[in-house]
Amino acid sequence: MALYSEKVMDHFTNPRNVGKIEDADGIGEVGNAKCGDIMKIYLKIENDVITDVKFNTFGCGSAIASSSMATEMIKGKPLSQALELTNKAVAEALDGLPAHKMHCSVLAEEAIRSAIKDYYDRRGIAYDKSQFPEPHGEEEHNFEED
Amino acid sequence: MKTIYADNAATTAMSDAAIRAMMPYLKEVYGNPSSLHTAGQTAKEALERARADIGGCLNADPREIYFTSGGSESDNQAIRSCAENGAVKGKKHIITTAFEHHAVLHTVKKLEKEGFEATYLGVGADGFVTAEQVKNAIRPDTALVTVMYANNEVGTIQPIREIGAVCRQAGVVFHTDAVQAVGHIPVDVKADNIDMLSLSAHKFHGPKGAGALYCRRGLPLKTFIEGGAQERGRRAGTENIGGICAMAEALKEACAGMKENTARLTALRDKIIDGLLKIPHSRLNGGRENRLPANVNMCFEGIEGEGLLLHLDARGICASSGSACTSGSLDPSHVLLALGLPHEIAHGSLRISLSEYNTEEDADAIIKAVPEVVKLLRDMSPVWDELEKGQRKHLIK
Repeated sequence: MALYSEKVMDHFTNPRNVGKIEDADGIGEVGNAKCGDIMKIYLKIENDVITDVKFNTFGCGSAIASSSMATEMIKGKPLSQALELTNKAVAEALDGLPAHKMHCSVLAEEAIRSAIKDYYDRRGIAYDKSQFPEPHGEEEHNFEED
Repeated sequence: MKTIYADNAATTAMSDAAIRAMMPYLKEVYGNPSSLHTAGQTAKEALERARADIGGCLNADPREIYFTSGGSESDNQAIRSCAENGAVKGKKHIITTAFEHHAVLHTVKKLEKEGFEATYLGVGADGFVTAEQVKNAIRPDTALVTVMYANNEVGTIQPIREIGAVCRQAGVVFHTDAVQAVGHIPVDVKADNIDMLSLSAHKFHGPKGAGALYCRRGLPLKTFIEGGAQERGRRAGTENIGGICAMAEALKEACAGMKENTARLTALRDKIIDGLLKIPHSRLNGGRENRLPANVNMCFEGIEGEGLLLHLDARGICASSGSACTSGSLDPSHVLLALGLPHEIAHGSLRISLSEYNTEEDADAIIKAVPEVVKLLRDMSPVWDELEKGQRKHLIK
């Protein structure tokens, strides 16, 4: 059996939404190079809807696939829905990730959250701080797993 | 699509001669070498021929060769045996290097938990220890020095003969994990002053599951697998006769072709190294001199190794990496870290290990594919983006 599902390999080999948005409304970056994973998400937002999203990722196959899948899942969605995206949903949409790769899906969830927070901060929009816990990144591996 | 197998430090394909040597012992000569009847004794003869052949390739006496299941078992038995023999005399200090194979490192770490002390010698930026370092580390209570013959990741060949001489002079047992060396470079246990040596068949076109431990005559070797009197009471269990005969054949073949293979592989290796060094911000890991003929190990800044491997695999190229993601832990390769590479660089490593079955075309395909894949990954890497914008400092020139 291969390490990754066909879905993961598809999103790794042909990643969707790769790139940058120069005039992004919100940018989120989580992880660090020392640990081997950095995800950077760029959002374009109109009327509380994500009209465009791009990503740049330094990381393994599942990190790239998680970024690709997560950006697909929030594209065209209202911010309220994007904020509900969980790492588990990303992993499930990829037909599962190996247990030791689940943190990649956590990074995707956190990167999106961080980009939305950045948008709120830039616009001076009030938000419920409890919705934006400090990203765990790689340090604690605090994630939902089946 | 043709598969280019370039992960021969992990394992090799069996040679035709090795397969031919194995076949008779699977069906025709299936007797147990411990049995008295002709079927058993025929197998026993083959076993002893294999022992003599392997001894011959290492300049060892056949009685100094003990068959095991492979390199890890040989390492475990050699180290633990020396530790236990040393402890009886109050010697509970072990000297090794920071970049040994885990079969050695984990055994030593476990002994530390059991009350032994260990010194892990640094290997410098190029991946070499010196005999001087070993000499300075030896104490009156040193039970064992264990230094690998050649490193499995970066291919650096250690000054084994000089280290052996230092140990001999100090009266300390010297073991070497020669799993990456035997069959690839000349190994002579007498000239190299080696007391114990581990080897593994599947690294030189022999089968998996067969290995040997050389233990110099007169040196006590402890038994860890209890049972029958096989291997002169040092390792119980019915012998893997087919595997052992194939190992002997593979080793004879490797030694006979060594000179020719070394010349051809060194040229291929250097071609790949020079080709890949053209990639901006790349580096060769481990010194170029005294390097295994078939080992290439490089780092490419701004990318992570697993993605590199997956893309190469999609292009039919099998290689390996020292990135954390391929090691199953958060830390990248302990070997690259021992060379002093920062984590973020070590994550972007690629090891290409050739064998005589690789061709010039394989080398060309690798030189073409790797830069493409590195570019593809750099183009989506936020780290590379920052490096290019000058927001992050390049660590590789």
